[in-house]
Amino acid sequence: MYAFDYHRPTSVKEAVGLLTDGAKIVAGGHTLLPTMKQRLAAPESLIDLGRIPDLVGIERTPRSLTIAAMTTHGAVAESAEVKEAIPALAELAALIGDPAVRHRGTIGGSVANNDPAADYPAACLALGATILTNKRKLSSEEFFLGLFETALEEGEIVTGVSFPIPHKAAYEKFRNPASRYALVGVFVAKRPSDIRVAVTGSGSNGVFRWTEAEDALAKRFSPKSLEGMSASPDGLNSDLHADAAYRAHLIGVMARRAVQKAADR
Amino acid sequence: MTATGIGAPVRRKEDQRFITGKGRYVDDINRPGQAHACFLRSPHAHAAIRGIDAAAARAMPGVLAVLTGEDLAADKVGGLICGWMIHSKDGTPMKAGPHPALAQGKVRYVGDHVAVVVAETLNQAKDAVEAITVEYDVLTPVVETARAAGAGTTVHDEAPDNVVFNWHLGNKPEVDAAFGRAAHVVGLDIVNNRLVPNPIEPRAAVGEYDDAEEAFTLYTTSQNPHVARLVLSAFIGIAPENKLRVVAPDVGGGFGSKIFIYAEETVCVWAAKKVGRPVKWTCDRTEAFLCDAHGRDHVTRAEMALDEGGKILGLKVHTIANLGAYLSTFASSVPTYLYAPLLSGQYNIPAIYCEVDGVYTNTAPVDAYRGAGRPEATFVIERIVEVAARQLGQDPARFRRRNYVRSFPHQTPVIMNYDCGDYGASLDKALEIADVKGFPKRRRESARTGKLRGLGYSSYIEACGIAPSQAVGALGAGVGLWESAEVRVNPTGSIEVLTGSHSHGQGHETTFAQLVSDRLGVPIDSVTIVHGDTDKVQFGMGTYGSRSGAVGMSAIAKAIDKVIAKGRKVAAYVLEAGEGDIEFKDGRFGVAGTDRSLAFGEVALQAYVAHKFSGADLEPGLKEGAFYDPTNFTFPAGMHICELEVDPETGHVTIARFTAVDDFGTVINPMIVEGQVHGGIAQGVGQALYEGAVYDADGQLVTASFMDYRMPRAEDFPSFAVGMTVTPCPSNPLGIKGCGEAGAIAAPAAVMNALTDALGHEGIAMPATPLAVWRAAQASRPQPLAAE
Repeated sequence: MYAFDYHRPTSVKEAVGLLTDGAKIVAGGHTLLPTMKQRLAAPESLIDLGRIPDLVGIERTPRSLTIAAMTTHGAVAESAEVKEAIPALAELAALIGDPAVRHRGTIGGSVANNDPAADYPAACLALGATILTNKRKLSSEEFFLGLFETALEEGEIVTGVSFPIPHKAAYEKFRNPASRYALVGVFVAKRPSDIRVAVTGSGSNGVFRWTEAEDALAKRFSPKSLEGMSASPDGLNSDLHADAAYRAHLIGVMARRAVQKAADR
Repeated sequence: MTATGIGAPVRRKEDQRFITGKGRYVDDINRPGQAHACFLRSPHAHAAIRGIDAAAARAMPGVLAVLTGEDLAADKVGGLICGWMIHSKDGTPMKAGPHPALAQGKVRYVGDHVAVVVAETLNQAKDAVEAITVEYDVLTPVVETARAAGAGTTVHDEAPDNVVFNWHLGNKPEVDAAFGRAAHVVGLDIVNNRLVPNPIEPRAAVGEYDDAEEAFTLYTTSQNPHVARLVLSAFIGIAPENKLRVVAPDVGGGFGSKIFIYAEETVCVWAAKKVGRPVKWTCDRTEAFLCDAHGRDHVTRAEMALDEGGKILGLKVHTIANLGAYLSTFASSVPTYLYAPLLSGQYNIPAIYCEVDGVYTNTAPVDAYRGAGRPEATFVIERIVEVAARQLGQDPARFRRRNYVRSFPHQTPVIMNYDCGDYGASLDKALEIADVKGFPKRRRESARTGKLRGLGYSSYIEACGIAPSQAVGALGAGVGLWESAEVRVNPTGSIEVLTGSHSHGQGHETTFAQLVSDRLGVPIDSVTIVHGDTDKVQFGMGTYGSRSGAVGMSAIAKAIDKVIAKGRKVAAYVLEAGEGDIEFKDGRFGVAGTDRSLAFGEVALQAYVAHKFSGADLEPGLKEGAFYDPTNFTFPAGMHICELEVDPETGHVTIARFTAVDDFGTVINPMIVEGQVHGGIAQGVGQALYEGAVYDADGQLVTASFMDYRMPRAEDFPSFAVGMTVTPCPSNPLGIKGCGEAGAIAAPAAVMNALTDALGHEGIAMPATPLAVWRAAQASRPQPLAAE
């Protein structure tokens, strides 16, 4: 690890003030710190959001669930409010990493990093979540731009994620056997207005919606509607653990299983 | 059996310190004035070094030295060695290239050691490493095992076609004759995948030089500190043995990877004198992936000849063994003498011929890894036996039973003389525990939910208790493979046992103390086991090849016998009886036929106060040593049965049941033995389904971290069903055979036999990852379901 300055602000305003060019935000640090330890990243300063009280908590309204950015995966997984409002979201959080990761890693860190194999982006996209920052509110479509790329601008920090409560939802994840990240993760949401199917872990440009499946499910929300369907392998990743054809196939399998799980709720 | 004697499930004495964080590992050792080493490693698989510019690095803050291969040469530090001479079938010795601890002229794999920086802090050392400029001429790498021979590029000039040896064992004309009269011939192509050992504790070293004594100390993560000292002294030339102390304190797992004498440890002890400071290096996980000696990596063609009814007539095996870029300490013995002699398995095979080409490649050195040659042999024989049974339409269990060796001793055509065993008994017990009768019903239930269920057997045998020194010497070993022990009885009756074995997870502090408690009738807490320090233990050969019970404990038993004999003499004086009338029983020396007796501790005290006998008649003290050289290998054997379920939609494999019935001979501590079996199975299943080291065409290690190298996890396994049968080993005083490697040896074939049974075809190799299983399931899905 190279030397760096460490800041631990107590307000978002103070954090934004520290956010200079060579600075990096720590919101759990499960991607950043290993990279720094391997000397693959060398930020001049770290701004740890872990002591900002406003950035922790879960708020339920009749139609939405808002999770503050520094709320850990463990807290989401164990939250009675989340389990009641969007059980699929609590289940997703419980599938991230291992207990140590879940008690450090945060939802804000996950969406801001936009790892193409992270779980939360699929939930955001399928549920139609709004990403809240210190400056504005962005739809998930606007926010997630590509591999590790988001719409965040200079001096902008994710403060929370607001999820509209769906009728039904479910997440099915096929893990990368080694890393346990999503090799294919499919989040299916039956929302008041539409049905969405979002896929993570597979796309060479990050999380995406599988619109063919959405159209098929719009006719009937049943795994039968997806029978025999696979995603197109175009634009899917190929690596040691899965080629594009396998991922395309697994997207179909995971989508059917997610629909079945959602329908059973 | 007493509560702490042989056969008792005594809780491990060492675990209190391990699980409360009080273990003392090499990285916990910090010496006054200690500096830190960081290695510059080759980014290329194969390149000539045109120049190294370290001027900028030397000028950086905290840097004490930047050392390269030139400095090693200038100091006349010898290269690392391979301690087993193999001769090719034409009689020529193996073609080994030099193995300098820091590269000289050429780098030969990604991670190869180019230079070392010693600095005040580790971070300063890392900074300076980045400031070294190396000019490379990148060469085409040799990567693939099967294509290394005559690849066109040469890893070492000494082996122009990259073939280190072309070795053989067995009788070719007899095998050819067997194939000539065979009714059936079964062939199988096998890849035994390369593995990264990954002990939980990475390697580490602290080298220290005392210029007053002109003596070195090396604290190191070693399974055999005395062998490390011998090699560092006699071959590498660091210091005479009497001026070099090697300490291997608590060591967190080895699986073979810590047997070897590596570059980093050598450099630390050498550099300590050069910079006049203790030098510490702790391997990080990436370095461990790149540079710990890997395991396995065979490409094999096997053929079996059978008569009309399914009796095995002969076996023919050709294996290409990847040895990596340099010959590691025991690299040459693993795919030869630790491999081919086990190809007879548990079967009566009249003729066997095995040819092995050992090849250099631009990959990490390959050496012994849990099982070392024996898992590779077991995989060959157990896969081809299974395929033969299937092709002949016979039940695989019945096919095996028909071909089992039944009378002992049994001389195989490939060196080994099996001394005892009852393979049918293990099979019977395993069939019962695994409820093989209920399998068809379970398979139908799986099919109802769209799953494919399979059952696979593995009748393994291994050769442990390594090894009779005379025998291995005749086969090319550079050392003898006996073990030593010293039993020191204190005047108060407490005991220290010094052993040349080394515990790095095996629980010797418990099992060895159980033996002493059992034989001398003393409380187990009065026994301390001392190991891992060449200043304390005079000499020893260390722990590997499941040898510590059969060989290490036999040495202790021998020393205990001498202690009892001496105690009898002392007791005779004290009790004023003839020595012949003194009996030792239940911890007391007594006069036969009387009630006069002395506790063991009283005799110990009398031995030291020496008031009751004259120095002219008897030496005072109670301390005895012994060397034990085995007269044969030991032959643990058993039957492992794996039952698994495949989800053909995703390729996910669930191990539904795993049954292991083993014959380890006498069991000292059944709890520890079961733990060894569990760990071995986990590693064996890991090889079959999860683990695989992959190099790309450029020789870059693709699986260089846990992000891509898939280790087995607790949640992958059901509760294992473990049973035992016992035929005591006749060749050692305790009847022990050894248990440390059984699971890793047996499990891969059991899993792959089950998987191919589920899939209905043989077209899948290890590691059977979800991707591979899904592809294979595509090819075969209707067959097994239709078969039901």
